[in-house]
Amino acid sequence: MNIPENLKYTKEHEWIKLLDDGEAVVGITDFAQNSLGDITFVEVPEAGDTFTEGEAFGVVESVKAASDLYMPLDGEVLSANEGLEDAPEKVNQSPYEDGWIVKIKIANPDQIAGLLDVSGYQEIAKD
Amino acid sequence: MSELKRTPLYELNKARGGRMVDFVGWEMPVQFESIVEEHKATRHAAGLFDVSHMGEATVKGNQATVFLDHALTNDIGGMETGRVVYSLMCYENGGVVDDLLVYKEGDNDYLLCLNASNTEKDIAWLRKVAGGYDVEIADVSSEYALVALQGPKAFDILSHLSGANLRELKYYWFSHETVGSAPCLVSRTGYTGEKGVELFVKPYYAEELVEDILREGEGLGLKLAGLGSRDSLRLEAGYSLYGHEISESISPVQANLMWTVKLNKESDFIGKKALLEEKAQGRSKCIVFFRTGSRRIVRPGAKVVCDDGGGGEVVSGTFSPILNEAIGSALIDARSAKADWAVDVRGKAIPLIPVKPPFIDLRPQG
Repeated sequence: MNIPENLKYTKEHEWIKLLDDGEAVVGITDFAQNSLGDITFVEVPEAGDTFTEGEAFGVVESVKAASDLYMPLDGEVLSANEGLEDAPEKVNQSPYEDGWIVKIKIANPDQIAGLLDVSGYQEIAKD
Repeated sequence: MSELKRTPLYELNKARGGRMVDFVGWEMPVQFESIVEEHKATRHAAGLFDVSHMGEATVKGNQATVFLDHALTNDIGGMETGRVVYSLMCYENGGVVDDLLVYKEGDNDYLLCLNASNTEKDIAWLRKVAGGYDVEIADVSSEYALVALQGPKAFDILSHLSGANLRELKYYWFSHETVGSAPCLVSRTGYTGEKGVELFVKPYYAEELVEDILREGEGLGLKLAGLGSRDSLRLEAGYSLYGHEISESISPVQANLMWTVKLNKESDFIGKKALLEEKAQGRSKCIVFFRTGSRRIVRPGAKVVCDDGGGGEVVSGTFSPILNEAIGSALIDARSAKADWAVDVRGKAIPLIPVKPPFIDLRPQG
């Protein structure tokens, strides 16, 4: 199971890559994509949409099930990965790179302290 | 919850990376690497499926043929030895007990292949309605493993494993042959729409048979496949699945399966009266198939709304890796069969596009 050191995580199996300028990229973890199996559809929000922490902002569907995506931090969507519309399998093939889902502007940096680090997430992502 | 049952191929499935799930009380592989890839491999090369969870029963005795013609809807008396027939078994009210394959081994000597979820119910039902018939019904499920080898390369793979020319076996016929070193009942049938066989084998030989087939298929694109792709393949081919398109409450009239019901056969079979009535009066509901035009899967249970005021419910839904689109089936009001249908998916109305199955062009079975 691939859990990169440089990312933050949530118990809903999302990863958050913190960028320098108060922005972050969000996706689902290798564990999540593996559990879901072949991903056939990803619904992403529009740029400008705002969400609060824990709010559903999209859907990932696999042959087996549909799962909501939950916003890890309060924020505004700057962009979404448009490539997933035609190639949702990117989330399976490259969950931490090509399969990213949204880029957000963090509204409340204090919430970052509530995210999980690698060791915290490893406890959750056990088979 | 009692312990899950395991097939003779459980260890092999697990060792080869099978993702095991509870399927009607059986611990079965839903996929190995990918449902989509296993599906594509079966359409373009070949897929090998462990379906040993399916049940088997023998029906023998002086009145076996007469009895089966009473219990089943298809024409059993007209079968030749070596023939396979797909049939339904109905209740008096026309509801379906199960759909099954009947193998004629000889005069008054039959093997039935039953859905795993229904095996116990089926055998109890057969015994119940066998009163007065000189017939012996035995559950032989544990005496067989069953593997399905399906796809355009299936016979290329088998050609190196059997002295018999299995390619010559006609669709819906079977033969007892040795495959690798395993004595098998080789059935020219399947649940994918592709050419191929289903191999009934004693559990002792099952692993070796699968290893032999996998070795022969290695360079030909064969993949070990799980129940996930088995379902997407059968839906793409337009085949009914018990509990979805047919059930105790969905009759063969509603499920477009009257071709398996021989209303003109001599036997006054169970369910005949009800099915004749339903046919004469006109069915109230019917099974329809649809595409969605989108990749978003419409799941069973989703409500269907028709523009003429009718409606219904989705009964099967999956993703077609060949069409790159979500497909499914629904039970709707028969009067709305020609209406415009839509379905509600997580708050969004998605129009459904009617399809006459199969969803894709299948090669002729020849």
